[in-house]
Amino acid sequence: MSQDHSLYPETMPQHPERATLEGKNKFMGLWFFLGGETVLFACLFGTYLALKDSTAGGPSSEDMFGLGLVFIMTMLLLTSSLTSVYAMYHMRNNEFKKMMLWLGITALLGMGFLGLEIYEFAHYITEYGFTFRSSAFGSAFYALVGFHGGHVTFGICWIITLMIRNAKRGLNLYNAPKFNTFSLYWHFIDVIWVFVFTVVYLMGKVG
Amino acid sequence: MEFFERFALPHPDPMIYASMVAIVVVSIAIVAGLTYFKKWGYLWNEWLTTTDHKRIGIMYLISALLMLFRGGADAVMMRIQLSSPEMEFLNAQHYNEVFTTHGVVMIFFMAMPFVIGLMNYIVPLQIGARDVAFPRLNALSFWMFFAGAMLFNISFVVGGSPDAGWTNYFPLAGNEFSPTVGVNYYMWALQISGLGTLMTGINFLVTIFKMRAPGMKLMKMPMFTWSALITNVIIIFAFPVLTVALLMGTLDRQFGTALFTTGSGGMDMYWANLFWVWGHPEVYILILPAFGIYSEIISTFSQRNLYGYKSMVGSMVLISLLSFFVWVHHFFTMGQGALTNSIFSITTMAIAIPTGIKIFNWLLTMWKGKIRFTVPMLYSVAFIPLFTVGGVTGVMLAMASADYQYHNTMFLVAHFHNTIIPGVVYAMLAGLTYWWPKMFGFKLNERIGKWAFWFNVIGFVLAFFPMYLTGLDGQARRMYTYSESTGFGPMNMIAFVGAGLFAIAFILIAYNVFYSFKHSPRNIGDDPWNGRSLEWATHNPVPAYNFAIEPEVESSQAFWDHKQKKHNLFKGKISKIHMPNNSGIPIIMAGILFVFGFSFVFSIWPAVIIAAVAFFACMIYSSFENDQGRYISEQEIKETEAKFGGDSK
Ligand code: HEM
Ligand SMILES: [Cu+2]
Repeated sequence: MSQDHSLYPETMPQHPERATLEGKNKFMGLWFFLGGETVLFACLFGTYLALKDSTAGGPSSEDMFGLGLVFIMTMLLLTSSLTSVYAMYHMRNNEFKKMMLWLGITALLGMGFLGLEIYEFAHYITEYGFTFRSSAFGSAFYALVGFHGGHVTFGICWIITLMIRNAKRGLNLYNAPKFNTFSLYWHFIDVIWVFVFTVVYLMGKVG
Repeated sequence: MEFFERFALPHPDPMIYASMVAIVVVSIAIVAGLTYFKKWGYLWNEWLTTTDHKRIGIMYLISALLMLFRGGADAVMMRIQLSSPEMEFLNAQHYNEVFTTHGVVMIFFMAMPFVIGLMNYIVPLQIGARDVAFPRLNALSFWMFFAGAMLFNISFVVGGSPDAGWTNYFPLAGNEFSPTVGVNYYMWALQISGLGTLMTGINFLVTIFKMRAPGMKLMKMPMFTWSALITNVIIIFAFPVLTVALLMGTLDRQFGTALFTTGSGGMDMYWANLFWVWGHPEVYILILPAFGIYSEIISTFSQRNLYGYKSMVGSMVLISLLSFFVWVHHFFTMGQGALTNSIFSITTMAIAIPTGIKIFNWLLTMWKGKIRFTVPMLYSVAFIPLFTVGGVTGVMLAMASADYQYHNTMFLVAHFHNTIIPGVVYAMLAGLTYWWPKMFGFKLNERIGKWAFWFNVIGFVLAFFPMYLTGLDGQARRMYTYSESTGFGPMNMIAFVGAGLFAIAFILIAYNVFYSFKHSPRNIGDDPWNGRSLEWATHNPVPAYNFAIEPEVESSQAFWDHKQKKHNLFKGKISKIHMPNNSGIPIIMAGILFVFGFSFVFSIWPAVIIAAVAFFACMIYSSFENDQGRYISEQEIKETEAKFGGDSK
């Protein structure tokens, strides 16, 4: 058995990301990791729901949130999930260049999201003086949304590292699972954002 | 100078300065010794950079034993202080620090690594695997635990220990009432080691699900592996809660947020809730592997199949589910109202049912068995009645209205020690003795072991049963002294004597290691206890590759049926084996985390940032490394097998 994991069209397995034992392990490990992450975010959501009305006389969610900006952010992130699906589709067809292209677009969309989030936070701080010290609501808001933003940042760094790392090597059974792991993680971050959008912004504006 | 002032001790004491000197002297001695005997290379290549689950397991066990002595010293100090009324051995502040570090060290840095260490060593062997799913991650988990433990342990000489109890309730743990860095240490030490534990949980779940030997269906796994599986499920669902709680505690203390701090609308009870949403599952993270160990030992030394295999598994699953729905029983008295209390009272009592099922299964396994009273078996037999007392007092505490009488008294302290010591600690000692020959190729001396056992049991009963009585009489926990007129004196004196016997037991155990290392026979063969599961189907001590030929399994007692029913375990033939490479990255990353945590504790931001950048640089570096592992050649395997007696089974 050789350690050559390169992919050739004739021997290309249907799921290169799960063709080796390492790949299978990574795939399952990631699911357990996401299970843990779900609990983590659930706690932060719980905190937010418990503290969102403790504004200590400062601005409340109705006063500040504007759905327009957040809607654009949501669209950016949802689209980036879609582009990462395209990337995985091309991976399974062993089209390395196209995969890289779509991953690049994914990263760019992620950065767009992040830029808008930073703008949003800056806006709250400068316009309303609303910081994580203002009130329990402020602490819980920045803890939850900021933690999600941290995950986006990590994801962007991750994919850029992976792309640089593998730019010259092409696709093989060793790195296919890595790309796939990233893509799963990215979907997860996206799903969490849908909840943030609903619980924090929609319910904060309407409920 | 100002920079250094922050490291000063807020509550200095000659004893602390003495230990400071001792720590420095011992460290210098170790460094000098290693240099003199030229052991640095050996240490680095064979241990510090290893990714072998067996070596990592042993390092976990060594750390756990060291921490047992650290936590034990705390315990003895507390018992001295309480041995008679108005003692002046420790003052109130030092008593607070000592009970806090005792609790944290024992739960996080003694019991957890003990459990995880045994899991590391045994689970891959029991499922016939070559290693865990992610060997390098496993090393990182260990080193993160170790970094956390070290961070916690330096607190008492640099900056001062935490003193808000192992439960660390807010508002006591907030800046207002805990202005020193002690609680910051608590936050970061637990954060770093807790993340390591979370990774262990993921690693072992994947290992157990994906790397079992051919033929080993889930329902054919040995019971210890089953318990490890369920424990790790609890870990990945419980530990993130602790992560969040610690993170928010840090934000409150060091960044002025208002999550648990009541001033700007935070909720102090929210900490208590998060802590116990993690904390109660945590006690089951400790006890389930212990149950697994007892199951293995009782079945081996009764020389019978485990009674009620399916109900054992089922009851563990049930316990793991219930364990997430009982946390409020830790603060019945803190104002959530009668309805909530009643619900949690009932869920708590319900846990006694699956636990009871397990007790009966063990009894029925021994029934008609040909019992051999070895040291591991003695601990297991003592466990059953003692643990039952702990369970019964637990049900007493679970009666919410009655709990108003004995919540936060010595009765509670007696309860949880009654479950943790005969439950977890005895299991660890039993497991260590049972698997010792597996790890080191010789047995621990049985005679010294039995002496230690009796000191252990008598010491335990004397040390903790009196607390039930004084607790019912109203002696509060976490109080550094009491007056003569309370009448608690005599009972506390008995408890002190018990603690002394207990301490002797552990000294005997340490002596036994030393004695057996020198005197125990080495020709014990591969199956010294007449074992039943796969770990006994390879050699003692286990070669690096675990099994020369991958075993194929037909029953839950794979090795026993191999011996009794002539099942053929090893059908293949020897060929080269793929193994993971050593790596220095895990220990370096953990070292960086240590610096990160330490700087964070003292709010030295430049160092925090540098450490964070270095940490990510390591991650990127290891992603750029092209590590495909290595092969052990067929030739080498055959030579190793020949050394163990020729038959290349
Ligand atoms: C039938 C089983 C059990 C029941 C019904 C039970 C019930 C309880 C209750 C109601 C309390 C809170 C009492 C109070 O604060 O007033 C408690 C505390 C505790 N129990 Fe148990 N328990 C059981 C088993 C265990 C086991 C197996 C362990 C550990 C391995 C354990 C460890 C603890 C600890 C560490 C505490 C409290 C620590 C503290 O407040 O610092 N218990 N238990
Ligand atoms: Cu509990």
